[in-house]
Amino acid sequence: MIEIDSITKRYGDTTVVDNVSMTIAPRTITVIVGTSGSGKTTLMRMINRLVEPTSGKILIDGEPNSAIPGYELRRRIGYAIQGHGLFPHRTVGENIATVPTLLGWEKSRIDAKVKELLTLFQLDPAAFGPRYPHELSGGQQQRVGVARALAAEPNILLMDEPFGALDPVIRAKAQEDLLAIQKHFGTTIVLVTHDMEEAFHLADKIAVMDKGRIVQYAAPEEMLVNPATDFVETLIGAGERPFRLLSIGSVGEATEAGEAEGEAIAAATSQRDALSALLWAGRDALPVVGADGTRLGRVTLAGLARRAARPQ
Amino acid sequence: MRLKIDKLGVVIAALLAYGAFLAPFAQFRANRIVPGEARSILEALPAGLGAALLAFVMISIILIVLKTPTIVRLVLGLVALLVLAVLIGLSAGHLTPPENTYARVSPASGFWLLSFAFALVTADALARLKLSPFARVALLAAVAGAIAALLMSGAWDGLSILKEYGSRAETFWLEASRHVVLALGSLAAATLVGLPLGILCHRVEALRAGVLNVLNIIQTIPSIALFGLLIAPLGWIALHVPGAQAHGIRGIGAAPAFVALFLYSLLPVVANTVVGLAGVPRDANDAARGIGMTDRQRLFGVELPLAFPVILTGIRIVLVQNIGLATIAALIGGGGFGVFVFQGIGQTAMDLVLLGAVPTVALAFAAAIVLDAATELSSNKPGRAA
Ligand SMILES: Nc1ncnc2c1ncn2[C@@H]1O[C@H](COP(=O)(O)OP(=O)(O)OP(=O)(O)O)[C@@H](O)[C@H]1O
Ligand SMILES: [Mg+2]
Repeated sequence: MIEIDSITKRYGDTTVVDNVSMTIAPRTITVIVGTSGSGKTTLMRMINRLVEPTSGKILIDGEPNSAIPGYELRRRIGYAIQGHGLFPHRTVGENIATVPTLLGWEKSRIDAKVKELLTLFQLDPAAFGPRYPHELSGGQQQRVGVARALAAEPNILLMDEPFGALDPVIRAKAQEDLLAIQKHFGTTIVLVTHDMEEAFHLADKIAVMDKGRIVQYAAPEEMLVNPATDFVETLIGAGERPFRLLSIGSVGEATEAGEAEGEAIAAATSQRDALSALLWAGRDALPVVGADGTRLGRVTLAGLARRAARPQ
Repeated sequence: MRLKIDKLGVVIAALLAYGAFLAPFAQFRANRIVPGEARSILEALPAGLGAALLAFVMISIILIVLKTPTIVRLVLGLVALLVLAVLIGLSAGHLTPPENTYARVSPASGFWLLSFAFALVTADALARLKLSPFARVALLAAVAGAIAALLMSGAWDGLSILKEYGSRAETFWLEASRHVVLALGSLAAATLVGLPLGILCHRVEALRAGVLNVLNIIQTIPSIALFGLLIAPLGWIALHVPGAQAHGIRGIGAAPAFVALFLYSLLPVVANTVVGLAGVPRDANDAARGIGMTDRQRLFGVELPLAFPVILTGIRIVLVQNIGLATIAALIGGGGFGVFVFQGIGQTAMDLVLLGAVPTVALAFAAAIVLDAATELSSNKPGRAA
């Protein structure tokens, strides 16, 4: 659990983060959105004390984060920086191994971890491990940056626009992987993004920042139904609301009993994508299958339409 | 096939033609201080050999003027330099009357022009071949080996510079070692002090401008003036610090020379350390902190490795500069190759001046090649800030 208690950061006369308080529940994904320069990165960097607050405090699992030296705190908190921040003089493998090495892991364990993470992010360990960062594409570098943040299996993971440079296909895959990792390790994730679709898909809770303040901190559904300010409404995009609502849930949750013809949809797919598939196929219903391929039922146009309507 | 003309080749050919046909090849003097008499190639070399050399130069001119393959030019340059080196030794034997130990034979302007022209051809070819750092150092070693072999074989023993060497071989090696100790020792001291100072300047911005300005001012003090300035404080130390005198610390001699070289060396080391560290990508530094490196781990694991090529460039500047500057140490009794240079000037004996100057230049040249290779190797490592 991360408790942020009236934290403020000023640079000279400008207040970059203004009296922010929020509580981040353990094992959840919190997404911070907001315009450029609204203080997202600064807020995030105060959690791992890369930036020292002007006033206020942050508790991690009840302990003030100022209780231990900054570097020790940061070894426990994964951090994928905006950009990617890979070390240009170290190979991909060495980059990922940095924190485990600092923590004194055994070599065999480090090697196994590097391999596991590269594979997870669709990078062949044999081909990419020995390469230098400048020999990678921007998207590959970004994935390595995220892999490095995950290497020591931290309880808390801070990610600053981690998927910005990825193409839609790899991005969707990376998002699924992140959700899987989060479920598997029970990681508490704080993620900054400019992509509202991504925010609604990943978030348990969304924090909207504007000029250093949190203007709304709520679950995605709540935010759709009751945007706190005009700014939030504009950010969400009023015309997108039904579709945003659908991107929150997965097909699994919308599955009904019954049979249907056509190409099956995986239960993990978002309801929004299922709607697209239905419209494109020109059908009223499509079968739903689980991860193992078993038929779970069907998803219907009418069912999705009901879910896309403004909740009462 | 159309023959193409090489532009640089035309210039070099002109040098060669002038050096071979118009300028004197060797100089003969009845003793070491009288003015010399010029000897052309045909006079300076035994019959046949002189004509052969002229023919060789003419063929070379044709090969150099035309656009010949680079490798041909390289081999030509190297072979020509070797031929010249052997022939100048032969001319010494040829020109010196038998049993005469006073007569001196030295290379004259024609020899130097020819050598310079062929060295240009070689250097140009090497630059075009873009040799790897290892190959360049290997070539340097081969050339050094060839020179050593010529020296040991006695092929050059008749030349005036080696006669000067012959009469003071022991002093030569003593001064050589003092020269190297002065140049390398002051470099080592400057690195030991300058690196941490540079790191400090990088971290503490308030210090940076002040320190660099002071070091800049020191650089502008002429060496003689700096020696003068050092006499008083070092003399004081010699008098008042116990054991100082026993370690050779005095107002004049090696101590002020060492201190002066050290002071001159600080600026390039400190400045390049600061520039190198400032060039480390902000993202890399940020990530290093972000994933929990301590300041120390970040310095040694990220900043210094990335700044290393730039720091090495500073060290190269210092080393080459110090090898040259160490010559001045002789002025205040600090020893080194300068001893021969200044003695030679005093006695108007050019051969003695050369005995000091030639090894100094060769040493500086070799140091530059080796450190350039090292710098290139370190910045070639993928991703290093160049
Ligand atoms: N070290 C600093 N000194 C002074 N001002 C700073 C500093 N770091 C950030 N700022 C300012 O604080 C404000 C917020 O910066 P921050 O990086 O937190 O924004 P952000 O919301 O992450 O923006 P983006 O979406 O563009 O990444 C900006 O106006 C920025 O210029
Ligand atoms: Mg940011």
